[in-house]
Amino acid sequence: MSFVYNKLMGGKEGLTGFILLALLVLVVFPLCLDLFRLNLVGKYLTYAFPAISLVLLWGYGGILSLGQGIFFGLGGYGMAMFLKLEASSPENTAIQSTPGIPDFMDWNQLTELPWFWEPFGSFAFTIAAILIIPAAFAYIIGAAMFKRRVGGVYFAIITQVIAVILTILIVGQQGYTGGINGITDLRTLNGWDMTSDYAKYLFYLINCALLLGVIVLSRFILTSKFGSLLLAIRDKEDRVRFSGYDVSNFKIFVFCFAALISAIGGAMFTLQVGFMSPSFVGIVPSIEMVIFAAVGGRMSLIGVVYGTLLINFGKTAFSESFPELWLFLMGGLFISVVMFFPNGLAGLWQDYGHHITDRFKFITRLFKRKESLPLDDTAKSELAN
Amino acid sequence: MLGGYTYGELGSILAMQGFAGFSLFSVLLLMALGLAIIFGQMGVINMAHGEFMAAGAYTTYLISTITEQYFPAFMPYYFVFAIVIAFFVAGALGYLAEYALIRHLYKRPLDTLLATWGLSLIMQQSYRSIFGAREVSPTLPDWLMGSYQPTEMIDIPINGMFVLALTAFVTFAVFYLMYKSNWGLRVRATTQNRIMSGAVGINTKKVDRYTFALGCGIAGIAGAAFTTIASTGPTTGTLYIVDTFMVVVFGGAASLLGTIASAFSIAQAQSILEFFISGSMAKVYTLFALVLILMFKPEGLFANKVRR
Amino acid sequence: MSKQSPFRCARTKLKTLIASTSVGLMLTANAVALPTAEVNKTGLAVTDDTVTVGILHSLTGTMAISETGAQEAEKLAIKQINDMGGILGRKIEIIQEDGASDWPTFAEKSRKLLVKDKVAAVFGCWTSASRKAALPVFEKENGLLYYPTFYEGLEQSKNVIYTGQEATQQIIDGLNWVAKEKGAKTFYLIGSDYIWPRTSMKIARKHIENVLGGKVVGEQYKPLGDTQFGSVINKIRLKKPDVIYAAVVGGSNVAWFKQLKAAGITAKKQTLLTISVTEDEVLGIGGENLEGFYSIMKYFQSQDNPNNKAFVAAFKEMWGEDSVIGDVTQAAYLGPWLWKAAVERAGSFDIDKVVAVSEVGDIELTTAPEGYVKLHPNHHLWSVARVGKWNKDGQAEVVYESELIEPDPFPAGYQ
Repeated sequence: MSFVYNKLMGGKEGLTGFILLALLVLVVFPLCLDLFRLNLVGKYLTYAFPAISLVLLWGYGGILSLGQGIFFGLGGYGMAMFLKLEASSPENTAIQSTPGIPDFMDWNQLTELPWFWEPFGSFAFTIAAILIIPAAFAYIIGAAMFKRRVGGVYFAIITQVIAVILTILIVGQQGYTGGINGITDLRTLNGWDMTSDYAKYLFYLINCALLLGVIVLSRFILTSKFGSLLLAIRDKEDRVRFSGYDVSNFKIFVFCFAALISAIGGAMFTLQVGFMSPSFVGIVPSIEMVIFAAVGGRMSLIGVVYGTLLINFGKTAFSESFPELWLFLMGGLFISVVMFFPNGLAGLWQDYGHHITDRFKFITRLFKRKESLPLDDTAKSELAN
Repeated sequence: MLGGYTYGELGSILAMQGFAGFSLFSVLLLMALGLAIIFGQMGVINMAHGEFMAAGAYTTYLISTITEQYFPAFMPYYFVFAIVIAFFVAGALGYLAEYALIRHLYKRPLDTLLATWGLSLIMQQSYRSIFGAREVSPTLPDWLMGSYQPTEMIDIPINGMFVLALTAFVTFAVFYLMYKSNWGLRVRATTQNRIMSGAVGINTKKVDRYTFALGCGIAGIAGAAFTTIASTGPTTGTLYIVDTFMVVVFGGAASLLGTIASAFSIAQAQSILEFFISGSMAKVYTLFALVLILMFKPEGLFANKVRR
Repeated sequence: MSKQSPFRCARTKLKTLIASTSVGLMLTANAVALPTAEVNKTGLAVTDDTVTVGILHSLTGTMAISETGAQEAEKLAIKQINDMGGILGRKIEIIQEDGASDWPTFAEKSRKLLVKDKVAAVFGCWTSASRKAALPVFEKENGLLYYPTFYEGLEQSKNVIYTGQEATQQIIDGLNWVAKEKGAKTFYLIGSDYIWPRTSMKIARKHIENVLGGKVVGEQYKPLGDTQFGSVINKIRLKKPDVIYAAVVGGSNVAWFKQLKAAGITAKKQTLLTISVTEDEVLGIGGENLEGFYSIMKYFQSQDNPNNKAFVAAFKEMWGEDSVIGDVTQAAYLGPWLWKAAVERAGSFDIDKVVAVSEVGDIELTTAPEGYVKLHPNHHLWSVARVGKWNKDGQAEVVYESELIEPDPFPAGYQ
């Protein structure tokens, strides 16, 4: 029991935060929001996966990856390939010159399915591919770079360039990838209508469950000895190395794990949004993921989820009413997060939240739940609009 | 013979292709010089570098419009002045940015990335609010937009030569400043050991501010020069930023010589590849090769020797 | 003379149309009396005196540059319709959403407009990617989208009316013209690397090789946003094509024309035909860098007919004297008018009824700035291809007009 309490939940503090988050996404949102808004929240929560991966990678490991979009994209494309093949059954595509292949291939004069598409006809393979391919790709990148002690800024820029390469490839090789339009028009999953209301609720709940699972798993990793080592590497890499640890292996592991988490987010994104396109692979989405993590608090697994939600709600709300103001606000937010609240929302809560609870100690027990979620209210009032 | 081409034709294509490579080299170098100072010397990841270039480009546009309106006779010459003013405008913006933002973040280089990304969003939106969302085009003097024909078959773009000459000038100026002047000595001392530099009486804060402003000013020059070859819009800067970082990182961040070598090799590789294969694949291969080389030689081409 | 004949043809049609329009007006007068329950059986946002529509374009992000004109034109058309008394006696109210140059946002906002706001029609989208993202939403929620951009074709949805040209309408007649007028035999194709240029080039290549008996001596694609054309220009120089056929877009487009001019390739020496330059793009490129080159579009701001003069004057009055109007802006302007015509014909705002009358294939506009347009049962417009020669001042002179061309989004033999 204490294992669960301490390792998986992160003690009292972590447990409260975790339960509140679970309540919010599993109970409050589905009850208070209509399906349209809930679907939006579901989409935003898929971005929380790469944001969580950055907590491990950047907050704890000190490795800033500007390429989490790569893995988010790989996961998303894996799922999209499977769904597209299903949508391109010979009956559905009878008007094409080659029925049975995705429509964009037909437009590009492909007459048969490329070999690397073939296995994506199987759901089991697709799931395996989503879990394995991004992690394997991360292993290759990580092994090549960390073994040679590429780090810091260099690592950030190289991952960014890889994201650029991948984007150009996806856009350019449109016969194989669907090009800039991406893989669109995905409607059924194993013959089951993905666009029905029921399916949307189900995907939302699966997404939340996975997200909570990922948080627990990440917490386990961070509270283990590995987590302490990661922090040690971030702060004094050389000392860890001199103590006899093979630093690069730890870095490679955390990079692979981060890739895996991001890929799950990507796959859930495709399922909920119904398409995947190269605009989720490149530089801008990758940097935005870092921003989500920074705003939420790069050291807080729970905080980044709120960060992701806050930024995305803000984006939607502000771009509806003041599209001009939005970029100013967004820019200002990044700057102020970096300058004044380096630990993001989570840091704010730790600095000020406690004062509030301390001051009202006599009612702390009653109010702790509500107040420990400063975001909850803002999020709700934004939802009400 | 030779696929139906004469030697004369092939020779002139070779000459022009050689020039295309040089032209790309000068563009990359001009973009990267400012960043090489900011990133290479100061360690600041300035994601808003492209927006400082755009500041230079918009300055040129403004001056072009004003000249056209009030001093039409001055049109053929305004461009040279525009470059100088672009330098000071972008430099002043850089000075402000350093004062308000960057100076608080020297100890956290990765965080400068986020903050300057925020800055770039704000600058982009400012351009959009001030100049409109559409792209603008400064009216360029006619002497800049023609071509020089040494023989019947060879056309050398004058704007390409202009950028090349400008790049050479800026490069020498930067070299002089950094390696021959007292001020350069202070900059290098500060980047190598801030505390010691302070101890021997160098005003390191002032050095930082002017170095950053200089880097941004050079970006402004680049922006002004690029109005002759490319577009000016609110998001123009984003077209350059990745390439620029690539050049600096590949060259070895702390070495100006490395930046030059890196710009040269990237430009030639891309320009030659592009002649034989399709444009987008040429870009993919070039970037891929860069990533590969950086994996084997993480410090870039020319690195200061550091013990790790 | 051959230039004149399509005009004559249109003029005779005009007369018959005036008659039919007056019938239409009488119908409108009757329709005012129609109660809301009659004209709205599917729960759309229609009251006794208003009807709500959506406008969905990017106001922010990289595409804002292009999409501004389209949404301005749509607002102008809606204002004019309201000034004339609205549709079925109801004023049009607009809900505007920002697609933010982000494709999922287009899908998200489409769903909002259809599900929450219950709009009767949406005018919007610009890039193919945004349309592809929004399309499943429109099909699922049974909405109606008027899409203004010229695009690659290969699509036909019950829920979309395409007011721009599909690829064959833009490409084939222009190529015929250049082959005939300039005696062109060899072509060099260059475009940005994404679906629209690639599909367009494919159609162009087939037409050049199979119909015109010419030769494609080179085909090049540059990544989106790339600004270096030195090597490509040298390749073109080596191949000495009769015609350069270009579909470069965005910031690259500016770089392409500036560097072309600087390399000494000007209209004096070289024929260049582009399908990606409208008056909007010229602002960024600069008229002096385009002088003498040709664009193929269906509309140019300089077109000399009364409809267009009135349109340009109204547009400038509403959006400022400096406004320029490109092909897509004009196509966007047609959207609300086509919708009005269909709704009045159907006597109802219900999507299925509006689509059904649109599919009959005789919804037509005689007041279109580009001239006469008619909706084809395949949801695209019959349109005229025009070749414009650019002047230094950023306006084009129309040098050729085709007959009305039937839209063919799935061209046989070109795939």
